[in-house]
Amino acid sequence: MIECQIKIELDSFILDANFSIPDKGVTVIFGPSGSGKTSLLRVLAGLEKTHNGFLKIGDSIWQDSENFALTHKRQIGYVFQDTTLFEHLNVQGNLDYGIKRSSNIEKEFIDSILNLLDIKTLLNRSTAQLSGGEKQRVAIARALLIKPKILLMDEPLSALDIKRKQEILPYLDALHNDLDIPIIYVTHSPDEASRLADYLLLLDNGKVIGSGPINNMLTRLDLPMSHGREATSLVEAKVISREKEFDLMHLDFPGGEFIVPDNSLPIGSNVRLRVSARDVSLTKEKQIDTSILNIFPAIVDEMVPEGKAQIMVRLKIKEITLLTLITKKSAKNLHLKNGSKVFAQVKSAAILS
Amino acid sequence: MLNEYDISALLVTIKLASITTVILILIGTPIAWWLSQTRFKFKAVIEAIIALPLILPPTVLGFYLLMTLGTNGPIGNFLESLGGSSIAFTFTGLVVGSVIYSLPFVVQPLQNSFSSIGKRPMEVAATLGASGLDRFFTVAVPLARSGFITASVLGFAHTVGEFGVVLMIGGNIPGETGVLSIAIYDHVEAMEYGQAHVLAGGLLVLSFVILLFVYIFNRQFSIMRSD
Repeated sequence: MIECQIKIELDSFILDANFSIPDKGVTVIFGPSGSGKTSLLRVLAGLEKTHNGFLKIGDSIWQDSENFALTHKRQIGYVFQDTTLFEHLNVQGNLDYGIKRSSNIEKEFIDSILNLLDIKTLLNRSTAQLSGGEKQRVAIARALLIKPKILLMDEPLSALDIKRKQEILPYLDALHNDLDIPIIYVTHSPDEASRLADYLLLLDNGKVIGSGPINNMLTRLDLPMSHGREATSLVEAKVISREKEFDLMHLDFPGGEFIVPDNSLPIGSNVRLRVSARDVSLTKEKQIDTSILNIFPAIVDEMVPEGKAQIMVRLKIKEITLLTLITKKSAKNLHLKNGSKVFAQVKSAAILS
Repeated sequence: MLNEYDISALLVTIKLASITTVILILIGTPIAWWLSQTRFKFKAVIEAIIALPLILPPTVLGFYLLMTLGTNGPIGNFLESLGGSSIAFTFTGLVVGSVIYSLPFVVQPLQNSFSSIGKRPMEVAATLGASGLDRFFTVAVPLARSGFITASVLGFAHTVGEFGVVLMIGGNIPGETGVLSIAIYDHVEAMEYGQAHVLAGGLLVLSFVILLFVYIFNRQFSIMRSD
């Protein structure tokens, strides 16, 4: 576990970072701008100092009432928001800067990181000869090459345009799948959060307002992410077969089988599906003559008014949670209450990874 | 063309300017770094004190140096109580005076280039495992390279050109404290305009060549970095 109890007064606000999160997988720190996300990363890195507080990553205590490990002793990989390559060194020099100051960095490991981020052809370039996306890939590689105990990423995509973002995202997926160190990723983009996060830490006005597995956080009706037009749920599924005739794939998940357009992922791949609350409708009886392929029996778990005319409904399909946004009128017509048995019709689901 | 007196003045000047520049870089660098990083409340006071030689008539500075370093001054007294002698009218005294006089010409360009680096590269270096001193020498110094070149040249050239301070605490002892600027003055006083021309013109050309070299070098440096 990563345990943090640090309260620190910064220029414009007080950050009260009191949480514990898993020390594996990707934890996304999410919140509006100015909520203290970057400050929280800086606290974890030791770049913001305070004397009382407690911080522990796995077995190493980085801060308690007596000790404070300085940044350069913490063995962290930090990818900053802006590109931060050293201008006086070329790409190779930038990568070597961290390697030289670390121990036990084997040639094979370096090779694997260079391949992972696809930067072998850039090594002799000066930093000014790199595109924004290439710079960020080099910065990520440089951070990984010191064999960090934890990788901290501060909105690494925010300085890039949409095309460059699309170029970097597959590399981030690769980090997610290939690395066994915890990654803490700051973003204010719901898309990045739902694509990359295993675990979510919600921050508002300097305070942690909730943390938990990503889909729980997205669908908890007492938290802000489950509201508004962007409300979505995530479903983890696995490709099990294809229907060549219609170019479709069948995905297995605990509640049944999703049928989605084939995107040529191999059989057996794990995928994450994003289902928008607006794309889910409810019926009392299972519809037969319908164009919708994905229909699952579900139980109404909780309902919360959403504006004047609508209701956000949280459904349970076995242990899977799904949000749907319906009108109050429909809820009345269907006599919906907690525990009602319904059928959820999912009009579309996007494959995230 | 140059008589013995002129040559010794030239040598003393070069020696003085070189030693002064080395000392200035050594003490100016930590001062400039501290000023660029500190949030100290009275930072402006320190900056103003360092900038004083920019606007003070050099004779004022020379006068106070003479008062402090001379036989009856506090530092002069202290040195004598240790069994030494006053450093007024010695080469050491000249170096002390020159260092104080040229300090802002070294501290300000360094402070500016340290400030323009910003905090970020140093933070990056820390996350990559570099300790404070390590990242100062491997990140801050190389990134402030043009500041160091400007500071050295300005410090050197300004020391070569000083007159008032040298006149007050140097005493114009040939081979010891007699420098070029005073030699020129002496030649003019003695109506030896030809000699004065050689020295003055020589200084003019030398100064121009140094500055030209600095500008070309800095330009190449910035072009090299931006392509």
